Amino acid sequence: MKYVFDFAWLGQYWPVLLKGIGITIELIAVGAVLGVALGIFCAWARALGPGWLRPAITAYVELIRNTPFLIQLFFIFFGLPSLGLQMSELQAANLAMIVNLGAYSCEIIRAGIQATPRGQFEAGASLAMSPIQTFRYVILVPSLQRIWPALSSQIVIVMLGSAVVSQIAAEDLTFAANFIQSRTFRAFEAYFVSTAIYLLLAIALRQVLAAAGLLIFPRRMRR
Amino acid sequence: MSLIEITEVRKSFGANEVLKGINLDVEPGEVIAIIGKSGSGKSTLLRCINGLENIDSGSISVAGAQLQPDEIHLKALRLKVGMIFQQFNLFPHLTAGGNVMLSQMVVKKTAKPEAEAMAHKMLERVGLAHKFDAYPDELSGGQQQRVAIARALAMQPIALLCDEITSALDPELVSEVLAVVRELAAEGMTLLMVTHEMKFARDVCSRVVFMHQGRAHEIGPPDAVFSNPKTPELKQFLGML
Repeated sequence: MKYVFDFAWLGQYWPVLLKGIGITIELIAVGAVLGVALGIFCAWARALGPGWLRPAITAYVELIRNTPFLIQLFFIFFGLPSLGLQMSELQAANLAMIVNLGAYSCEIIRAGIQATPRGQFEAGASLAMSPIQTFRYVILVPSLQRIWPALSSQIVIVMLGSAVVSQIAAEDLTFAANFIQSRTFRAFEAYFVSTAIYLLLAIALRQVLAAAGLLIFPRRMRR
Repeated sequence: MSLIEITEVRKSFGANEVLKGINLDVEPGEVIAIIGKSGSGKSTLLRCINGLENIDSGSISVAGAQLQPDEIHLKALRLKVGMIFQQFNLFPHLTAGGNVMLSQMVVKKTAKPEAEAMAHKMLERVGLAHKFDAYPDELSGGQQQRVAIARALAMQPIALLCDEITSALDPELVSEVLAVVRELAAEGMTLLMVTHEMKFARDVCSRVVFMHQGRAHEIGPPDAVFSNPKTPELKQFLGML
């Protein structure tokens, strides 16, 4: 029962890993920014938007939150081309992550909006702001601040969940690990290294999100 | 033509009719106190005037701007009449100055330097020029309410609605807010205030409206209302104080 670790392959395969890391970072960067933007729009629509829009948004959110991410990915990558929408593995992976985070962040952000005291809406209205202006300038920032820790966690979850995009041959970090173990047969080492990298990426991502929070919300709300 | 014309206004919440045909005309520069028991409809009446509540029938106009439930009419109305709330409702993510600047820039598209100058002027007017960069949670209740007054004044309204603006304040902070209101009244600002400060109403107001069960039960100059109430309901209400 003595296993001898052998990391000699790193010398040859580190560029593959590096490329995988790059793609995973690209996926989460694009996914987080556009996914949260989509989430803000959907949260607005579901909490405050016009009546005709709400059922559509609700259907989207429930569909995504009650189906596996892997199936959503397959649907986008294998399903949409049948409808004439061709895209690369990377584009499909990006789209799947945006759509997925959009639905989850919608519900998180909506909670933040609905926790807003009614007086904030009334103060905006009494100053002659339109409902959209009140949302944009009065409601949005404190709402995001309220749920920022929960939203940060969800973004990290989506980053870790991005591992499954290797299933459609998007060349992310997990794809790189699979590739290396199939060439070197050092499966334990390959996944050992990729696990460590994911751990570091997740910790780094949390730091980035915390710093972004300090930047967007210039001070702590003390209540 | 009066500045504010409230004609036969009715308003129900479900089966509960809160306003049962209110008539009130307010002349420019008048200071009106609205008094009455809780549930008498006084806050609802105030909130109807700037369209925070829809009315079921009747009409309200402020300096020619009619209350209509669409966005364009509401904006025109709310540019003429500002409102100050019991709970201050300052925007927590903005400084005092930012609170006063925001609606000028968003609604009136005022350039930032002008909005900032106006904010300084208005904060000066309520005695808080030195708190320009303070956030709401760094201010006392009385200071927050004075920032709220400055924020409303910066939109240069023709009239101000004050909805129990001292009720959430510690007793020792009430006077600093009332002093600001007193000054506004002296400068000729038209004011409608729902208040429990009877002494203030007596000293400052030109007319007092006693609301009872959704009606303007008794209206008159403060001396007549407080010293010589005509209806038993008003006598009873004043007796409770």
